[in-house]
Amino acid sequence: MYIYDEYDRTIVNERVEQFRDQTRRFLTGELSEDEFRPLRLMNGLYIQRYAPMLRVSIPYGLLSSDQLRMLGHIARKYDKGYGHFSTRQNIQYNWPRLETVPDILADLASVEMHAIQTSGNCIRNITSDHFAGVAEDEIEDPRSYCEIIRQWSTFHPEFSYLPRKFKIAVSGAVKDRAAVQVHDIGIYVVKNDQGEVGFRILVGGGLGRLPYIGAFIKEFLEKKYLLSYLEAILRVYNLFGRRDNIHKARIKILVKAIGPEKFAEMVEQEWLQIRDSVLLLDQKEIDRVKKYFLDPPYDSKAAADTSFGQKLSTDTGFANWVKRNVKPHKVAGYRGVYISLKMPGIPPGDVTDTQMEFIADLADKYSASEIRATHDQNLVFAHVKQGDLYALWTALKTQNLATPNIGLLTDMICCPGLDFCSLANAGSIPIANQINSKFNDMDYLHDIGDIQIKMSGCMNACGHHHVGHIGILGVDKKGEEFYQLTLGGSPAEDAALGDRLGPAIAQKEVADTIGKLLDVYVEKRHEDERFLDTYRRIGIEPFKQRIYNGSVAQAEGE
Amino acid sequence: MRVIKDNQILEDSWTRVDTVTADQPIPDGDLILPFKYWQQNQDKLANHRGKLAVCLNGEDKIEDIATHIGKFNLIALDFPAFKDGRCYSHARLLRDRYGFKGDLRAVGDVLRDQLFYMKRCGFNSFFIRKDKDIEDALKAFNDFTVKYQTAADGALPVYRLR
Repeated sequence: MYIYDEYDRTIVNERVEQFRDQTRRFLTGELSEDEFRPLRLMNGLYIQRYAPMLRVSIPYGLLSSDQLRMLGHIARKYDKGYGHFSTRQNIQYNWPRLETVPDILADLASVEMHAIQTSGNCIRNITSDHFAGVAEDEIEDPRSYCEIIRQWSTFHPEFSYLPRKFKIAVSGAVKDRAAVQVHDIGIYVVKNDQGEVGFRILVGGGLGRLPYIGAFIKEFLEKKYLLSYLEAILRVYNLFGRRDNIHKARIKILVKAIGPEKFAEMVEQEWLQIRDSVLLLDQKEIDRVKKYFLDPPYDSKAAADTSFGQKLSTDTGFANWVKRNVKPHKVAGYRGVYISLKMPGIPPGDVTDTQMEFIADLADKYSASEIRATHDQNLVFAHVKQGDLYALWTALKTQNLATPNIGLLTDMICCPGLDFCSLANAGSIPIANQINSKFNDMDYLHDIGDIQIKMSGCMNACGHHHVGHIGILGVDKKGEEFYQLTLGGSPAEDAALGDRLGPAIAQKEVADTIGKLLDVYVEKRHEDERFLDTYRRIGIEPFKQRIYNGSVAQAEGE
Repeated sequence: MRVIKDNQILEDSWTRVDTVTADQPIPDGDLILPFKYWQQNQDKLANHRGKLAVCLNGEDKIEDIATHIGKFNLIALDFPAFKDGRCYSHARLLRDRYGFKGDLRAVGDVLRDQLFYMKRCGFNSFFIRKDKDIEDALKAFNDFTVKYQTAADGALPVYRLR
């Protein structure tokens, strides 16, 4: 993983001091609330319903065990003993005190971490594939490019007061595990006909009130032009993105308004002028950064282990966990392992200080001292020997971290909702609990198989509901919490936005309604067909009929 | 005007005229006029007693001034609110693309915590908002000693120093 040198350390330490002084000036009244707000947001600090919320950056989701220990320490010392992994592969603390935030940042800096640009109208944490570097379907490891973009975008003087927030994701694999197409800029590493590796670039994806799948504006960009092309996109956006209406300020609105072709042309014109400037990215620099992301030393005898196969056939609990939470690896005898943060009864993505320290110790023992946070709010060990899987599973179980539900119905994405967030219209966590209570039969969940439920407590869509196979959006109807369902969304390489099922349903009926949708799926599915594929084949009508019994028109008219 | 110029506080002769109509008389002296007004009244301004500068904002097209750059010792860019970041790009284009070498001044909602970025984008003088402490604002230029990326200040991306 990337290791700071003197330059990186200096910049992060200077940031801590800058923010300490800004906080002091705010507390003494030298800075007004309006003046301080963008400054604290650019350090990930929100003022929430009950307390401030601090979002800590985890660049492209990659953590060392020492960093995770520090996150646990912070949870215990400054918060209520837990943290919440978010859909930007970051971690959030819900209860820090404003006055302690400079000290938290100093603690983070001691392990090469920070909260820089985790909020605000600037370029946010660069996200990526949580199986980067180990996936079988990878064209090239995207992490070095993520790091190069991270450095370029950190305190970019021209792009720190953009019209709105700006999110970039990079994927280096065939399968998209990073929801690339719903980002302001999405980057796929691709190989062209000549066998050269470069980038395919899309812009204007995004969820929120007006969801869009991004439009491709560059089919093949040479590596050396990565930064100049990004700079051109950002400059066009900074100059022409709307600033008169916060709800229309994202780049997706600009791209939609003038059309992707026109936008691409404007970017091209700008890019041609700066392409061969000092922004040119040296191969030397790419190679230098790549050295930080080399494989850990793999055991060449790992595949010779026979205990794994034995345990699989004798322990069904273990076999179920392996079936859902263990994924293939590019090296024979190794696996990628999901640590599920979707245990029933716990808000999705939440993890305690003790669990963080426990996971850090396991990472030291079993996975090259490295942990990844996924955009769907789980953790990953990317380098586990098959012979260690049983011991790892046994250990994880003791801390309630071995729920065998990755990719299943209960592996929901869920925003903090009304319980914490001041924007929310409705609760998300109570719905997650309701779903967990109703669908507690593992055999049923395994039979239903791959399905993504994503839930947001308001139209800002932090829970990515638009791209859920089943999306759930909390809405407020005259003071009561209702839930709007969508079907058929996908964040993957086959990205799609969900279709609205019909009128919103009452809170107490959400899980039952999902049950009915799944009944339709079970009745209509072909063998080995996922919920999403069945939906795409048969369309929304059968689902509509089952839920509303033909009374949609009447309900719509209310 | 008491301003920060090239890292020092000094008093200079410029006066900003932010609203002016065609039939209004223009006072004598060194004036910063709205660019649009200057564009439309060049004949009338030919006899002006004093120096002239122009002020553009985020709505103006910066390329419109490109051919006039040699006529000005000072160009001002206006931040109606400090969160409106368009003039950061304008400043970079004036410096990097159109080669403006004169005094590039930030006016409007200009506050300490944005100065470091403004300077990096090519501003060298700053008219700090009147209710703020200009001495305090000077400290902003020391916020960071390392810059990851290039900008109009000619900084090399830090990786080239590694």
